[in-house]
Order: sequence, then structure tokens, then C-alpha cells
Amino acid sequence: MKKKTASICALALSAMTAASAAWAVESNDPIKLTLHDWSGQLINTKIMGSILQEAGYSIEYVQADYIAQFAGLKTGDLHLAMEIWETTGREALDDATATGKVVNVGETGLMAIEEWWYPSYMKERCPGLPDWQALKECSEEFATAETAPMGRYVGGPVTWGGFDEERVEALELDFEVVHAGTDAALFAELESAYQRQDPVVLWVYVPHWAPAKYDGEFVEFPPYSAECYSDASVGVNPDLAYDCGKPRGPIWKAAWAGLQEKWPGAYGIIDAYRISNEEMSAMVGKADLDGVDIDTVVADWMSANKDRWSAWIAK
Amino acid sequence: MTRSLSSRQLTVLALVLLTIALGYFGRDLAKAMDARWLVKFPSAWVIPFKTWISAAMGWLIEDAAIGAVSFTGVTRAVAWLIEQPYDLMLALLATGFVSGQGSAAQVLLPAASWIAVTAAVIALGHYCRDWGLAALVGACFAYLAVFGQWDSAMVTLASVLIAVPIGAGGGLLLGVLAYRHPLFERLVSPILDLMQTIPIFAYLVPILFMFGFGPVSALVATIIYATPPMVRITIMALKAVDPEILDFGRMAGTTRRQLMWRVLVPSASHSLMVGVNQVIMLTLNMVIIASMIGAGGLGFDVLAALRRLDIGAGFEAGIAIVVLAIAVDRLSQAFAERMGQVRRQAPRSWAARHKRTVLIAALLAVTWLLGRFSPLLLDYPESQTITTGAFWSDTVQYLNVNYFDYFEAVKVFFLSWFMLPIKKVLLGIPWPWAIAMLTLLGWHAGGWRLALLCGVMSALIAVSGLWAKAMVTVYLCGASVILATLIGVPLGVLAALNSRAGAAINLLIDTLQTLPSFVYLIPVVMLFRVGDFTALIAIVLYALAPAVRYAAHGVRSVSNELIEAGLVSGCTRTQLLRHIRLPMALPEILLGINQTIMLALSMLVITALVGTRDLGQEVYIALTKADTGRGLAAGLAIAFIAIIADRLVNAGARGARARFGLES
Repeated sequence: MKKKTASICALALSAMTAASAAWAVESNDPIKLTLHDWSGQLINTKIMGSILQEAGYSIEYVQADYIAQFAGLKTGDLHLAMEIWETTGREALDDATATGKVVNVGETGLMAIEEWWYPSYMKERCPGLPDWQALKECSEEFATAETAPMGRYVGGPVTWGGFDEERVEALELDFEVVHAGTDAALFAELESAYQRQDPVVLWVYVPHWAPAKYDGEFVEFPPYSAECYSDASVGVNPDLAYDCGKPRGPIWKAAWAGLQEKWPGAYGIIDAYRISNEEMSAMVGKADLDGVDIDTVVADWMSANKDRWSAWIAK
Repeated sequence: MTRSLSSRQLTVLALVLLTIALGYFGRDLAKAMDARWLVKFPSAWVIPFKTWISAAMGWLIEDAAIGAVSFTGVTRAVAWLIEQPYDLMLALLATGFVSGQGSAAQVLLPAASWIAVTAAVIALGHYCRDWGLAALVGACFAYLAVFGQWDSAMVTLASVLIAVPIGAGGGLLLGVLAYRHPLFERLVSPILDLMQTIPIFAYLVPILFMFGFGPVSALVATIIYATPPMVRITIMALKAVDPEILDFGRMAGTTRRQLMWRVLVPSASHSLMVGVNQVIMLTLNMVIIASMIGAGGLGFDVLAALRRLDIGAGFEAGIAIVVLAIAVDRLSQAFAERMGQVRRQAPRSWAARHKRTVLIAALLAVTWLLGRFSPLLLDYPESQTITTGAFWSDTVQYLNVNYFDYFEAVKVFFLSWFMLPIKKVLLGIPWPWAIAMLTLLGWHAGGWRLALLCGVMSALIAVSGLWAKAMVTVYLCGASVILATLIGVPLGVLAALNSRAGAAINLLIDTLQTLPSFVYLIPVVMLFRVGDFTALIAIVLYALAPAVRYAAHGVRSVSNELIEAGLVSGCTRTQLLRHIRLPMALPEILLGINQTIMLALSMLVITALVGTRDLGQEVYIALTKADTGRGLAAGLAIAFIAIIADRLVNAGARGARARFGLES
């Protein structure tokens, strides 16, 4: 029972804070952390929350939409967002920090990778993979009734950007880009094709549970560079930009600008917080594939990494 | 029926055929004439409404003030007012009463035990009607506990218990005001139109700015969405009260206030309850979207489960929403019925008169007291929950692996013979021609006022630069409405003629309306892939309900005398249906189609989640980019389409009624 463990935790915590009055906190108002609807973010946020609790701060979790949360961060209704992806949230984050009401607290240590991805069984039907040149040869393998003779590539929601239409044109791939409207729809396509062992190539990102559940790999495009996107002459195709893979980038922490003033100690802990892709993938796998409760996953991490987070608090 | 066409009908037919031909060859024609601006609205002519709206919103939120009180100060105060009862309800049902904030809070008193809550709804069911109702709502709440949905369901229930009284009460007051002052009615009517037709996603962002982050914003959005039907039904119901009753009230010497609350409202209570039912259904419809901006509860469970592709868990949480809707709806209906009856009270002690209340209070106290020693009394034990999750996932996998080719064939057939031709025609019609035709249609159906409305609104869509997306919207909705009508009307007729089939169909329709569409959207994606056809299925499933309901109602309410007259003159059953029942029910069926169009349009934002390319997607993109102006501009375009369709169909229905002599 979540509620029960929470109340036990609160009890234990109050006992502990009473014992260690040395950790005086600046304000007893709760720091509000946002929760979204994917497990990695829940785990990440709840670890951060647990550490702040250990340091004596009062915290509160609030469910919020990934982009809509910036409205709350600006006004101070919300205080901390733990996962702003360079790849999908950068624009909103920059907008928000430009107002001066939101600050970027730096990297979480997680690196986002987004690229075209295919299940391993496709290697038999298209032997040249993972090199992108192979896609040129066997685009028909990926065709469906609607797109034939072109191959079908399932891209992310339009809002994720990604320049896939431009990439297809620049690299002269015979593919049609179909946009899934949501994350859930995107992976429903993968699940469906994987069950039938049907051809599929789609947008996958890590950290995510999908690469752990399904056997497969990313397509290797020419590596990304800023010039490749901005300058047509750079890259494989001398006449067009976007003739390379997608950028990879950190996942940022974003906070309400007043947080540093109100809870300077907490700000220091948030600033110090780092976690790695491997750790996160393992935890997401546990939660989404093995069905372990997220609170249990978080508690396990907390007890296994006591030295690490104690050092962050001590800073 | 051999009847020569009048010249007027001939002109209409010719124009329709010409429009279709023009649409089909529009693109090639425009290319040949080197006049691409005919099919694609030139971007240089676009008026930047979205920038203006964004700027206005920015001013409202940041600078607007009346004296020293800023606009956001007012909205925040409203938020605070709503928050108080909500917090109380949430504490009682879900979180428990605590002192302090956040994780430092101490639990003073845990939330009401599942035993006490279930007993309370059973008692309420018995009080309102009988043991049958008690058993039904008891079973509903037992489902929530046994399937492990209790905690989330109580969070959702708390928000429903706040949103429904505000929506229904506020709607009633507005309706009364509109009934008393015709000017106010004329003022409020277009606002109601917009509230009902602008997709919620379009105004979520400004609401977040105004009311702050969290459950209150979700409540406000829910109330905005759920109130309009209550206002409309109140106005209608009050107007429909028998004038004799009104005269009777006046003769008895009532004051204006007494006349309203003692005479008019009670006489209209039956119709008013239909409004309350709508408020409840719409509130529960909003659960998923509300959870996106911090309402939590069952909606969040559905979203999170589907992100893990845990179809079973999503389905169970979705069914929990349906179950909650059924319990709240049946209870409120029975409660209203009971309030209508006058009972003489026996002169007994308070406790003797309120046995159930006493019993529940005692039970609550006992579970709280003993709950300290046995948590079983407070929380349903997790080890005793059951789940059917694997069954649903396995079913979808079985269908997917074994029957995918058949699904694919069906999809390709529909796409190439039904959907794509419609799309091609609609996108090919030159926009000046389309605006002209709509204006003409408006004039034909309802005179110059309607013509003006159709012309101006469609022109506004064009100049806001959304014409192509609007046409994709019309295509998707149009195709869905045609299918929903073809399926729904026969089902409705069947439900009216055969009571056993009627009961089954009713249950199906209730479920389809309250089950969050997101629950079946993901399995449909797995079987039919991302694309327009998947969106079509989702829209048809959701928009089917009014087509069935109104058709059934229309066929049922054909007067018995007419049926008897038909029987006497020797009609067979088929003839009875074809020549008497269906024509007489036609106005109702048309109204049903009107509602189907409205629901189809409101579904567009949901289908944006599976990757359509229409106005719904535009609204969704605006939401994820927090672009107020873009969202509201696209939302208004959807509203305009809805209003044009509504007025045209209504004018058509009026015409049909007049033809059958039902209305002069």
C-alpha cells in the first residue's frame, strides 16, 4: 500500500529529522517536484525527492504535463522538473529561462539518444544494417500497402521535431515518414510488428524500456554535427542539409528561479545530483518489464548508493 | 415514388454535382490554369490572428488589473475558493487529514476506510430507492476495491464530487437567469456554443496561467467543459413548463422567487436531471485530460499504463471510470426522484429517523479506531486484489498475430474506396467556391441570417490560414459521421422495436461514452497502424451514441394512433417501418446526427494522439508548445465548423418537421 509506506516513511523521517537537528532547513514549505507519465522520469524524480527528504526538506509530488509544466515553473506553483530532454524540451526550456523566472540547474548525467531503430530480425532481410546505406537497398522490405513502393518509417509526434522528412530527402532514402501522435502510439506500432516479426523501422529513444524489451539496434547514420544541420555543403549530400544522424544531448534539470533563494541548501543538492544511463535503464527495466513497484525501485537505489547521495547533501 | 424534380431541386442537384467534380479535378485544374491560390490559400493574405490572441492573453495574465487588483489575483482567489472544499473532500476520501505540508505532514486522521465508503454508498442507494440500487452501487464500489483501483478512484471521485455540484448548480443559476432575461439568453448562447465546441486542449494553457498548477486548474477546465448542457437544458425545461402550472402559481400569490424555486424548478425537475446526468458524464469524460494537468487519479493510471503498453492495466483503470460514472449517475437520478416525492415525517427522535446516517457514522468511527491496529480495515489488502490484465494483452496479441492480414485488407478497402476519394474532393474544392456554396446553402436552409453566418465563419477560417487543415478535419469528421450514422441509426431502430436488444445496446452505448477513448485507441493502433483509419475507428466508436439514442427515441415516440392507422390499412411490419416510423422519426434522427457531428469534432484532439494532420493536431501541437494563440485560433476554427454544421442541420430538421406537420 503506497499510502501506508508513505506514512511510515513520513514517521521515520520526522523521527530522523528530530534526531539530527543539525540539518536545519531554510524553509519548511514543501518543494514541489513534477511527475510525468513515464517510468524513467518517475524514478528520477522520486530519487531526487527521497534525497531531499533525507536532507530534511519537505517535498510534494505534483502530476503535470511535460511542456505545460513550464507555466507552473514560471509562476512558482511548481519548483523542480527533473527531466527536460535536450532533444524534445530544449525550445520550451530556453523560452522559459529567457523570462528569468526559470533556471537551468544543469545536467542530470543522463544522455538522450534518439535515432532510427529496427528489431534484430530485420538484419536477415536487409543484410547491410546497421549502416544507413543498407536502407537505400532494401527500402521495399519496409513498405506497407499504403506506402509501397516506398518504405515506411514511423516517426515521433510532430512536436518532437527531428527533421526526418529532410533527412530522408537529403540521404535519398525511399522512405515515407509517418508520424505517430504520441509515445504510446509509437511503441504500440513496435509491439504490434514485433509480435508478428514484421518489418518495422521507427524512432526510438533511450533511456527507455523498449531497447531492453525488444532485441534490436539503432541505424548508424553519418554522425551529427551542428554544421551538417546548418550548412548544406557539409556532409554526404553537397546540396542539402540534414544529411546526418540526430544530435544526442543531455537531460536537464529545470527549476523555478526562486528556489535557490528560498531553499539554498536544496538547490546545492539538486545541482550536485548525477545519475547514469546504465543505472537508469536497469531501473526502468525493473519497473516496466518485471513489474516492480516504482517506490521499491527507488528505495533499493537509495540504500545501495548511500555514500553517493550523502556526499551531495554534505556539499 | 415517381415525382418529377422541380427546377429548384434540379439546380441544387446540379450545384452539388458540379462541386464534387470541381473538387475531384480541382488540383489539376488549378495547375493547368496556373492559379494555385484557388486551392491553396495564399499565405500573404493570412491575417495573423494567432499572434494577436497570444498578445492579448499575455496582457491579460501579466498586466491586466482593475485598480490595485490584478486579473490573475482574481483568478487565483477563485482557485483558492474551489480548492478549500476540494482539499476537504480529498482528505476525507484519499489522503487523510494531515497537519503540515508536503512530506513533513503528520497524519492526524487517515482517509475514510473502504468499508465505510462502500457501506455509505449502499446506504445512500437504499435511501434513494431500494435494495436493488443499493446492490448495484455496492457492486460498483466493490469492483474498485477488488481490482486494486481504490486509491486512484477516490482521488477521481473527490474531483467529481466538487465539479458536478459546481457545474450543475452554476448551470442551473445561469439557466434561470437566461430564462428571466431574454437579453442575457441571447448574450450567453454564443458563449455556450464556443464552450462546447472549442477543444479543451486549446484553453488548457491559459487556464494554467490563471488558476495555477494542479488539481484546481483541472477542475476549472472540467467545469467549463461540463456546464453548457446544464444551462441549455435548464432554459429549455423552464420554457417547457405547462403555462397552466405557471398561472396556478401566480394565482396562489407567490413572489417571483417562490414562483421560480417552488413552482417552476420542481415542475421541470425531470428534465433538469437529464442535464445533471450530462454534467456527470462529461466530467468523467474529462478525467484523462484533467490528469494531464495534475488531477491525478484514474486518468493518470490510464495514461501511465498505456505508456508502458500495459493494455490490461489501462483497460481496468478505464473500466473503473465507467463503473464510477454508472454509480454516481444512478445515485443522482434516484436521489432527484426521491426529492420530488413528499413524505410525511413520523415524530420520532433524530437518531430513529436517521438510522442509516447513524450506522455509517458509527462504522466510520469504528474503522478509524480499529484501523490503528488492523490496516485491513482502512486499506483493501493488496494481496487480495485480482487483475485480468494479462487476458487483454493476450487477446490483442492473438488477434494481431493471427488476423492482421484481414484487418489490413479491410483497412485498405475503406481507405481506397471511401476515405481517400472524400479527402481528394474536399481538398480540391477551390476555397472561394466552397465559401460561396456554404453561403448559398445557408440561404437555402435558413434565410439570409444563416447565409451570413456560414459565409463569414468559413471566410474567417480561410483568412486565418487554416483552410487546408480545416478541410482535412471536415473529411475525417464527415467520413466518421457517415459511418456512425449507417451503423447507429439501424441499431437505434432495433433498440426501439425490440426491448431485449434495446437493453444490450443501451449498455454498450453507455460504456462507449464513458470508457476513455485512449483505452481502445492503443489496441486499435496495434491492429490498424497509425493513420487516418485508426482515427476513423476511434471517432466512430465515440460518436455512435447520439445517433443510436436519438433514432431510438424518435421511433419510440411515433404516436400510437398513426401506427394503428397503418395497421388498419394493412401495412406489413416492413411497410410500417418504412412508411410511418422512419419518416416520422426523421427530425429526431437528424438531431441525433447533429449531436454525432459535435461529438466527432470533440474527438479530434484525441485522435491527434495517433497522428492525424488536421486542426486537432494543430491544437495539440499548440498545447505541447504552450502557444496560446495558435491553440485558440485552431480551436476557434473547429468551433466555427461545428457551429456551421449545427445551424445547417438544425435548419434542415426544422424543415423536415414542418413538412410532416409536427411544427408550423
